[in-house]
Amino acid sequence: MSGVAQSAAPATSARPRPGPPLWLLLELTYRCPLHCVFCYNPTDFARTGPELDTDDWLRVLAEARAMGAVQLGLSGGEPLARDDLEVIVAEAHRLGFYINLITSGVGLNETRIAALKAAGLDHIQLSFQDSSQKMNDFLSSTRTYELKSKVAALIKKYDYPMVLNVVLHRLNIDHVEEILHMADGLGAEYVELANTQYYGWAWENRDRLLPSRDQVERAEAATRRFRERNGRPMQIFFVVPDYFERRPKPCMNGLGSIFLTVTPDGTALPCHAARMLPGLEFPNVRAASLAEIWFESSGFNHFRGDAWMKEPCRSCPEKVKDFGGCRCQAYLMTGDAANADPVCDLSPHHHLVTEAVALANRPQTGDAAPAGAVEKPLIFRSPQNSNALHS
Amino acid sequence: MSDIPIDAASRPAIDRRFRLQWEPAQNAHVLLYPEGMVKLNGSAGEILKRCDGTATIADITRDLEQTFATTGLGADVVAFVTLALQKRWVALRP
Repeated sequence: MSGVAQSAAPATSARPRPGPPLWLLLELTYRCPLHCVFCYNPTDFARTGPELDTDDWLRVLAEARAMGAVQLGLSGGEPLARDDLEVIVAEAHRLGFYINLITSGVGLNETRIAALKAAGLDHIQLSFQDSSQKMNDFLSSTRTYELKSKVAALIKKYDYPMVLNVVLHRLNIDHVEEILHMADGLGAEYVELANTQYYGWAWENRDRLLPSRDQVERAEAATRRFRERNGRPMQIFFVVPDYFERRPKPCMNGLGSIFLTVTPDGTALPCHAARMLPGLEFPNVRAASLAEIWFESSGFNHFRGDAWMKEPCRSCPEKVKDFGGCRCQAYLMTGDAANADPVCDLSPHHHLVTEAVALANRPQTGDAAPAGAVEKPLIFRSPQNSNALHS
Repeated sequence: MSDIPIDAASRPAIDRRFRLQWEPAQNAHVLLYPEGMVKLNGSAGEILKRCDGTATIADITRDLEQTFATTGLGADVVAFVTLALQKRWVALRP
């Protein structure tokens, strides 16, 4: 979504009247056939209320479009688990949205892709993750590969660009070269090698998923080699894990500036993970209009501008570039969402990041725990584990 | 990327990976593409909305000069369409 940032207003010291929520993400359902350990969905998803019904989603679309929203993401969970997806797409198309479906491909057959195309779906981003609970089968799993090949062929047949998204982490990042060959074999036009961001399930599993610095550097080198060798035009984006950076990412271009997401139960949030932020009101679209939520609610207003900032952000000249980084990461790591994102090496909490990286740099032999330590098992995203974590 | 030669007879069309659209909320034309958007300035929008795969560069220039009651826009149109080709916003129709 980098392109969207071009049209956003710069932050000023007063709380600015925000522009429209140009980017609307609807998380249509938390239902998902997969159990990814790096999922950013909240770990308490099993406890959330009932999903919005079709009419609710259609109303959200109309309200958002009237405010100026134009890029629409349909995600989840697995959005294909909603059998009204085609209805939602058709209405979004009628309203003039550019519609991106973000899917694992599970459940995408020819009947559905034909219907989605006819309804006006603009783009499919196929995520590559393994549904098995054996992470080391990620690449050798023929079932996964066959499914993705089938879906990739359908995507091409229906004249969509092939955009593959592969989430990287400690257990698969050493296979970047094979992943790129696979993407090439599937005929991908764009490949996003997105390192895991540590929220939700990924946060629970962080110490098992964070790669070592060596792994990241080898993966970047492999990506460079592949780019130089590969003749076919396949654009590759390598998203470096922010734990290895010295400055934070300009998360969401500042909360409440361009992005609005609605969760399956109708809660409106300024980013996918923001529900965790304490003390803020995140209204439900069943009870309030999107305009009220966007302009009036504390959940969207609180982190606009920079009045909320503490030092070192408040007096930092870079605050207009990175907005202090990610509020959720600041909260998860320091307990205070108004602190600088600890990724920043000016943050007094930066040691929390360097300690996590130091742990990740441990020897990889069999990925065993350091002597004497008992390593936490990976926790797979499932309703059972969701209930167990929040019982 | 090398320049793609264009001349007065070239017929540019919006590339199939992009969608050009007028957005009242932004008071601008935008180019939409997978998970992204380019907000266009006024002249870029005016040129691109005429790139329908039928009109030639000469047609587009003439139309703009008439619409805005001016002359001598040819070089600007060629320069912008060249840029748009490099960015793959448009493709040339045979």
